[in-house]
Amino acid sequence: MSGPNTNFDPVEVAALDPEAVDAAVSSALEAIAAAASLDELKALRPAHAGDKSPLALANREIGALPPSAKAEAGKRVGQARGRVNQAFAARQGELEAERDERILTEEAVDVTLPTGRRPLGRRHPIELMSTRIADLFVGMGWEIAEGPEIEAEWFNFDALNFDADHPARQMQDTFYVDPPEGGLVLRTHTSPVQARTLLERGVPVYVAAIGRVFRTDELDATHMPAFHQVEGLAVDEGITMAHLKGTLDRLASELFGDGITTRLRPSYFPFTEPSAEMDLRCFVCRGKDPDCRTCKGTGWIEWGGCGMVNRNVLTACGVDADRYTGFAFGMGIDRALMFRTGVSDMRDMIEGDVRFDAMFGMEI
Amino acid sequence: MRVPVDWLREYVAVPADATGAQIAADLVRVGLEEEGLHTGGVTGPLVVGRVLTREPEPQKNGKTINWCTVDVGDANGTGEPQGIVCGAHNFDVGDLVVVILPGGVLQTPQGPLEVSARKTYGHVSAGMICSERELGIGDDHDGILVLTRRFAGDDETLARLEPGTDAIPLLGLDRETVEINVTPDRGYCFSIRGVAREYSHSTGAEFTDPALDLAARAPAATEGGFPVTLADDAPIRGHDGCDRYVARIVRGIDVTAPTPRWMATRLTEAGMRPISLPVDVTNYVMLGLGQPLHAFDVSTLRDGITVRRARAGERITTLDDVDRALDTEDLLITDSGGERALAIAGVMGGADTEVGPETTDVLIEAAHFDAVSIARSARRHKLPSEASRRFERGVDPQLAAAAAQLAVDLLVKHGGGVADDEVTDVGSPAPMAPVAMDLGFPTRIVGVEYPADEVVSILESIGCEVSRDGEVLTVVPPSWRPDLTTAEDLVEEVARIDGYDRIPSVLPTPPGGAGLTHAQRVRRVVANTLAGQGLSEVWSAPFVAEERYAALGLDVPAELARSVRLANPLSDEQPLMRTRLLATLVDSVRRNVSRGARDVGLFEIGLVVDLKGEQQAAPTEDVGVRPSDEVLAAITAAVPAQPRHVAFALAGERDRAGWWGGGRGADVTDVIELARVLGEALAVRVTTVTDSVAPFHPGRCARVALDDGTVVGHVGELHPKVVAALGLPARTVAGELDLDLLTTAAEGAVQAQTLATFPVAQSDVALVVDEAVTAAEVESALRSGAGESLESVTLFDVYRGDQLDAGKKSLAYRLAFRSADRTLTTDEVSALRDAAVAEAGRRSGAVQR
Repeated sequence: MSGPNTNFDPVEVAALDPEAVDAAVSSALEAIAAAASLDELKALRPAHAGDKSPLALANREIGALPPSAKAEAGKRVGQARGRVNQAFAARQGELEAERDERILTEEAVDVTLPTGRRPLGRRHPIELMSTRIADLFVGMGWEIAEGPEIEAEWFNFDALNFDADHPARQMQDTFYVDPPEGGLVLRTHTSPVQARTLLERGVPVYVAAIGRVFRTDELDATHMPAFHQVEGLAVDEGITMAHLKGTLDRLASELFGDGITTRLRPSYFPFTEPSAEMDLRCFVCRGKDPDCRTCKGTGWIEWGGCGMVNRNVLTACGVDADRYTGFAFGMGIDRALMFRTGVSDMRDMIEGDVRFDAMFGMEI
Repeated sequence: MRVPVDWLREYVAVPADATGAQIAADLVRVGLEEEGLHTGGVTGPLVVGRVLTREPEPQKNGKTINWCTVDVGDANGTGEPQGIVCGAHNFDVGDLVVVILPGGVLQTPQGPLEVSARKTYGHVSAGMICSERELGIGDDHDGILVLTRRFAGDDETLARLEPGTDAIPLLGLDRETVEINVTPDRGYCFSIRGVAREYSHSTGAEFTDPALDLAARAPAATEGGFPVTLADDAPIRGHDGCDRYVARIVRGIDVTAPTPRWMATRLTEAGMRPISLPVDVTNYVMLGLGQPLHAFDVSTLRDGITVRRARAGERITTLDDVDRALDTEDLLITDSGGERALAIAGVMGGADTEVGPETTDVLIEAAHFDAVSIARSARRHKLPSEASRRFERGVDPQLAAAAAQLAVDLLVKHGGGVADDEVTDVGSPAPMAPVAMDLGFPTRIVGVEYPADEVVSILESIGCEVSRDGEVLTVVPPSWRPDLTTAEDLVEEVARIDGYDRIPSVLPTPPGGAGLTHAQRVRRVVANTLAGQGLSEVWSAPFVAEERYAALGLDVPAELARSVRLANPLSDEQPLMRTRLLATLVDSVRRNVSRGARDVGLFEIGLVVDLKGEQQAAPTEDVGVRPSDEVLAAITAAVPAQPRHVAFALAGERDRAGWWGGGRGADVTDVIELARVLGEALAVRVTTVTDSVAPFHPGRCARVALDDGTVVGHVGELHPKVVAALGLPARTVAGELDLDLLTTAAEGAVQAQTLATFPVAQSDVALVVDEAVTAAEVESALRSGAGESLESVTLFDVYRGDQLDAGKKSLAYRLAFRSADRTLTTDEVSALRDAAVAEAGRRSGAVQR
């Protein structure tokens, strides 16, 4: 470093020579452009922008110039340093962007890799069907009632007008609780909930009961000793069989789509009069295959029984049968699941194999 | 009930071109459900053939077979003669026979037989020449069926016989039988007569009641008939056991006379085996008209017949050679002045008076027995018969004389007997009770406008006598419809004859409901939560064996005391209702594993039985009566408590191994977590406390309790002995909670607190305690000592090892403090932490490390 030299001719200072300045700038820009990485760029900085760089040294000479020359030289060197710094920053930005992009590229993963550290469980499809059915009835303004599975014979039979000596009582394939004269059975249908509901809630009443029922059937592809029903009971002034049909048609179209064909067929149940069975068009052959094994060639599949609540049931439950009429139905949920999803072997429903549940989502 | 179409046509004008399927569809419309459609089961090609050559070939075994060539026209596709080996000899060259060609199917006692070309006796026999028995149209098996002989005299048919003609319609093998399901209210449809009537209702086809002509011809009671006394001194429910008894005698019958072919065919088609003429006639009348008959050998009867109830201690040997103890409710047919029991009325005859090969004189009993009496006897003696099935559903009480007349006619005609002029006809059934009905009632119930004249005409069409007084009808049902006792019964008749398909579809308009109940919503939350936790929902039949409770290591007598037993279980091995879901859930775990699953997580929500005290008998009551409040209370109280539980089980890896690394086997912490997660899902605080109960590992079992100490269940690792006894994967963990208790605990709205927004301050402490001290105790002490500003406590490390004394462990906690109203200073935090540690020290001997 030299002190001020007032006698010195600035043009003779080599470092401030315009050409020298330009050369320093060119050299710097060339080197910056050639820097291939942030590290290389960083390494260039002392030589081209550091304290010992030509432009820094030139800058230092300015102070020694006579005032008249300072402005011009200062401007020249300042602009030169500006261009170099700008080039550094620009190149820095470019290289950082390149680096960032490279990192993201390198971080890419194979999104087709399997996952499943903890697979989702599932609801049982029968429960999903039950949920769906319950929601339909709740949406229509009904409520969902319940009752016990081990039930008093009175609720399962007597209250429902099953006379002790009537053949219908013997046709139910009932599980009796020991001792058989103790008056307890495993409910053979969800209908005892009808009687419980009428006694507990009175009328008018619109309830659906969804639950498990039992018959002494050995387990095979089409029978289960335990299965599921949805019971409907509507007792009010002015209820007719047309309301029964309307409600069941609604349930059928909700579960099986608008295209479903149903029919009411005259039948017999002690607790309804008139009585009917609701049949669904066979979902396998659509009534077109006389050898169809699903519908035995009849073209129809029995879905459940229904009818107008028998006067004796209303009376047994303390309802004024001259003023109120009602309808009731009991439809198979397991069968509805078979219909809706094509399940062909009932054993798959009851054996608890997780692969069965896993075929379905959490909504059915 | 099987309805041979040919028989049906005798009573109702079924259109000539109506198929069995159409008839079935017509019957369904009026409530007779189709069960199936049957034909002879013989399928073609079955054709007429003309024997061209017949060469007898003696065989080494002494038999002689015939090597035949038969012209079957174009039926074999070539027109060339068919080579067939035939063992029969009752035919000649030029005869017309019936040939089944390869591909045809015959019915044999062993099942269907598909005929194929086969090598036999040195020839390739391409088909069979058939006998009557092989075709199922007769019993003749002595030779083959020669058509020229069968149709001798029937020139019209003979003219149609040509080689190659389809023999199936020719021989009636396309005869159809419609099988229908008869509901228990329609006893009269257990007869062709009844079904024909319904067919007429459905289609309008003309019905001819076969009973009318018979009844007209049946003689009235005479003097000197076989003595019959009706002496029911203990009617059931006020109904005489027998209110009509017709007895007719036919003498000099050849009981070995063959049953006519047409009758045998109809019986076979209706599902009954032809046995002997007298038996076949009684069955034929029963199937045709619906009146069960009984035939007695007159020579075995002593004195007159008395119909009475059995005496205490009385016995009878029935036709099936079983000696039976009788009940005083059993109605009996007796003789010898009422001393000898001949039959259980309407159920089964006795061996003493059975018609046998020596019988010449037969007494035909056509009686009307009370439905309830017969139903009880049939059930009591486990003797459901064709007769009892009809009586218990109600037989037409006016039918007896007509039915007896038909039986007499058939025995006389086919057995060569002579009917006695004397006729017994005692008893007088009560007339049908009239039913009153408002004309508008059918419309009010069904929702279809039925004009008054239509209501009347429908009721008349089914046989009712209808009289009208203003808007009220008085309806007397026909004798064959004992099921029509109320106005609603008549409504069903109107609706079904008019057609259920006319009923419109109308949605009712309920007043609006309250939605799902809290308990129903809770159940959904619990199920969805567990599914979200990776468990799959299952359900199972609730039947368990006593041994299962033992295998679970439970106190068997205690479980039995809470359980109920089925009187008629599907399997004698599983007579008990489950007291806990785990008793059956373990089967599902095992089944999944046996089917190849290694990592299994299951849950089940369901009812269990929890009998409190002695099992009570539930009273019953007559139908149509509201029990008194006391009786109703007794009925309700006798139903055992059935709480709803949720159970879960995990086996194998809880977190699965994969390309990402190793997995983590399910352990007891996972089921503890499930219990806690359920608590969180329901906003119910549950705590887990060390416990030791079956079926769990004594050191890896937790009691799940509510804040108030109520125990909601247990979770844990299954005891190694349980795992071994049930063949479960090692280290299976499980739990079972009372969902009803959780539901109650989850009632009510959570009260929200304002969220504190001041900074959180954390402080870590490591506490050394004895091994026996539980984490819960330490945490509880820390919370208590730190006070309200302690926001959370996190146990982040448990250390045992060299740096500690034996029998000690170090628990490292992160305490997070936050005040609701200010930023806590460092000194305050230190003081709070020290207070927490001090309390832990005081309660559990914890020393800061």
